[in-house]
Amino acid sequence: MKKKSISAKISIYTFLCFFSVLVIYPIFLVLQNSFKNKLYISTEPFAWPNAESFVGLQNYIVGLTKIHFFKSILYSLFITAFSVLAIVVFCSMAAWYIIRVRNKVTKLIYYLFILSMVVPFQMVMYTMTKTANVLHLDNYIGIVVLYLGFGSGMAVFMFTGYVNSIPKELEEAAMIDGCNPFNMFFLVLFPVMKPIVISVAILDAMWVWNDFLLPYLVIGTKYRTIPVAIQYLKSGYGSVDYGHLMATIVVALIPIVIFYFACQKYLIEGIVAGAVKG
Amino acid sequence: MQKLYAKKKYFIIFTLPCLLAYFISFFIPFVMGLYLSLTKFKTIRGARFVGLSNYKFVFRDFKGFLQALVFTSKVSIVAVILVNVIAFALALILSKQFRGTNLFRTLFFMPNLIGGIILGYIWQLLLNGILIRLYGVDITYDARFGYWGIIILYSWQKIGYLMIIYIAGIQAISGDILEASAIDGASSWQQLWRIIIPNVGGSITVCLFLSLTDTFKMYDQNLALTGGAPANQTKMLAMDIYDTYYNRVGFAGIGQAKAVVFTVLVFALGMLQLFITRKFEVKS
Repeated sequence: MKKKSISAKISIYTFLCFFSVLVIYPIFLVLQNSFKNKLYISTEPFAWPNAESFVGLQNYIVGLTKIHFFKSILYSLFITAFSVLAIVVFCSMAAWYIIRVRNKVTKLIYYLFILSMVVPFQMVMYTMTKTANVLHLDNYIGIVVLYLGFGSGMAVFMFTGYVNSIPKELEEAAMIDGCNPFNMFFLVLFPVMKPIVISVAILDAMWVWNDFLLPYLVIGTKYRTIPVAIQYLKSGYGSVDYGHLMATIVVALIPIVIFYFACQKYLIEGIVAGAVKG
Repeated sequence: MQKLYAKKKYFIIFTLPCLLAYFISFFIPFVMGLYLSLTKFKTIRGARFVGLSNYKFVFRDFKGFLQALVFTSKVSIVAVILVNVIAFALALILSKQFRGTNLFRTLFFMPNLIGGIILGYIWQLLLNGILIRLYGVDITYDARFGYWGIIILYSWQKIGYLMIIYIAGIQAISGDILEASAIDGASSWQQLWRIIIPNVGGSITVCLFLSLTDTFKMYDQNLALTGGAPANQTKMLAMDIYDTYYNRVGFAGIGQAKAVVFTVLVFALGMLQLFITRKFEVKS
């Protein structure tokens, strides 16, 4: 293993670099085309912008204001942040209760949560949308409740796996010191659960941020999240302006890239933990 | 201790918020959905019980559901094999320690963070550019273009993700076994088949499960890349269900029946796959 020849090393690096280009190029192409006039995007997508096709930041300015894209970013941020917060807090509480109070009721609850993990969204998309309308959850605050309900299956599953490995003595000590169960949970247990909290938060943040169909059906006409806004740009107008589409995609990618490089270490660890348990 | 927790007050504090949301957004709609699949309806209150006739229609819907089922299966088989083989190969290379492994891992993983709709439009731009240059047509011209387009897009998105899971599996193999086998004269090829692959059974199970259920449930990528064109030939199951529901008047009951069949199908496939690979895992 250690005595690899130089030529083998070179071929491995060449292969990896080739693969890197395959990963980067599609994104680069979008960036390149976001500065071009729409007429040149469909005919000459691989050409650099030149004097004729270059439009400066016009695609960005017109495209983003046309669909109120900054509003969409705010909706996406709001919905993602509060959905993840709700899932992490309420599902960890429920998971802990299910594990520590073992009776028929909690067992039933556990299996109900598991059921929701294996059912695809299409099964409930229509009836869930109607329920949300009746209960007035069809706004950017109400949708947080829907995400809590939908995310609860996987989150409870992952949390119960982790709570099982925490020794009961820790809780008993806290209770003897006069904590009530509620304080004990948030002051003693929640900090211990930090690794799994990070995993769940990352997986759910990725899901909610990129989710299309649920926000489209429930709040799509009034409040457009980022994926809904991009789809609207493509299908909501008579003819598509590809320049605007490209500029919008570039802006939509910026938060993802920042998020990725900010918590890359947690992200990859969290995903491995999540995948192995899920 | 358990007695204290079991008080009603704590049951309400700890489980009720989660349970309430679960019932509103999942369980009640799920039960309603099961019932509606047996009815004909335009609004939920106006539902009229029709027995199994919706299901009968679904299994004779050759141009719709069954065509989508065949197309989805074809995409799934090729995509699952391709994604897993490439991800595993990359994991083999990148699980060794040399300069730049972290950089490559970080880079390869990145596409996984991009949502399906955005991915669809990124690849539409690239693939249309290539197709127009080669054939003078775009991706909606021929179902084969859409077919390979979806597979390429999915591979690009998921290879990095599965690679990370495979790397975790490979790195968990103790170095002693590999060293011992090298001393006994095993070639790298023998090490791969006799030691590495049997020891990453868990990762293989997880990755196959993820990619299989993922491709079967795919919607966003399909919608953005081809939208089902040409003539619904590249529609996958999720899109066929959506269109039956929302784009055909009077077909809501049938759409719901399709969704039930879809649910059973995804569940059965997932379980079958877990059963088979788990068996293989135990053997090795």
